[in-house]
Amino acid sequence: MGNGVKKFMYVNRRAPYGTIYALEGLEVVLIGAAFDQEVCMVFVDDGVFQLKKGQDTAESNMKNFSPTYRALGDYDVNKLYVEKESLEQRGMSEDDLLELTYEDEDDDYKEKPSIRIVNREELADLMEQQDVILNY
Amino acid sequence: MAFEIGGKSYETDEEGYLANLADWNPEVADYMAKEDDCDLGDNHWEVINFLREYYEEYQIAPAVRVLTKAIGKRLGKEKGNSKYLYELFPYGPAKQACKYAGLPKPTGCV
Amino acid sequence: MLHTVNKSPFEKNSLDTCLRLAKSGSEILLLEDGVYAAVKGTAVEQKMRQALSDYTVYALGPDLKARGIEEDRLIDGIEVVGYDGFVDLAANSDRIQSWL
Repeated sequence: MGNGVKKFMYVNRRAPYGTIYALEGLEVVLIGAAFDQEVCMVFVDDGVFQLKKGQDTAESNMKNFSPTYRALGDYDVNKLYVEKESLEQRGMSEDDLLELTYEDEDDDYKEKPSIRIVNREELADLMEQQDVILNY
Repeated sequence: MAFEIGGKSYETDEEGYLANLADWNPEVADYMAKEDDCDLGDNHWEVINFLREYYEEYQIAPAVRVLTKAIGKRLGKEKGNSKYLYELFPYGPAKQACKYAGLPKPTGCV
Repeated sequence: MLHTVNKSPFEKNSLDTCLRLAKSGSEILLLEDGVYAAVKGTAVEQKMRQALSDYTVYALGPDLKARGIEEDRLIDGIEVVGYDGFVDLAANSDRIQSWL
């Protein structure tokens, strides 16, 4: 890592449509991606609902922004940590989540999964390693 | 704000971006380009169509860095660079091309 | 009386308070983030199953769809209604209490 590169963690704890936090948080990540920092996202508590697949807002007249998570790979945001305990508490598993991938430039542009399921201890350790943590 | 083509009125925001994505048609792009003294050729349309497809798939207008990389992948290295894209769209490839494509201003553009 | 709950049961205690204070025989409509309470296999499933013996529970279909929740994931006994059903429920109730 070069000089001035910091580790940024965006922590998402809210469900996608009931409040504006999820969408605002996602936009900040996309904007922040222009600054070439080391970025990861965390989905914990109701934040795991943001990644639920099969979202369809046609009848409720809201913008469905779940396809935008699939663009994160283009923005070099490749590490999306999802807390296992939050999924379990909500009757969900990895199979319920969007299939998000990125192309690994250091490995012949192979498509790799962006979502990593981590447990509480692993997540706590990751948080300790960050320079900046932003909550939404 | 609004402009008119052939008797139909199109609403825009204060920077000239189309207010309703669904209002767009190729005439809108041509009209907006003429206003900027820009004549749209095949090379412009390649980028405009690409942006519309990108928006359809991801629901965002890509940042210029992302656009450049993606264009390179889709249309070849000779087109996937800022020099080429800025020659086509001197006001900034993401901003200007998104406007002609009827998309909102790219997220993160100032 | 019709009670509506629009908050996630994992984040706010709106559902708990509603279940504590709603009289047996009432109707409860889950909407917006409240619909997350209608899903099987969650930490609040037991609570909801118990509620179903005292109340008629509905969940708003368009809000389920927006959140990617398929109907086969819902706790048995919870009824899905559309906006028209919501209107009927409201019109047929003498009073409505919205737990925000």
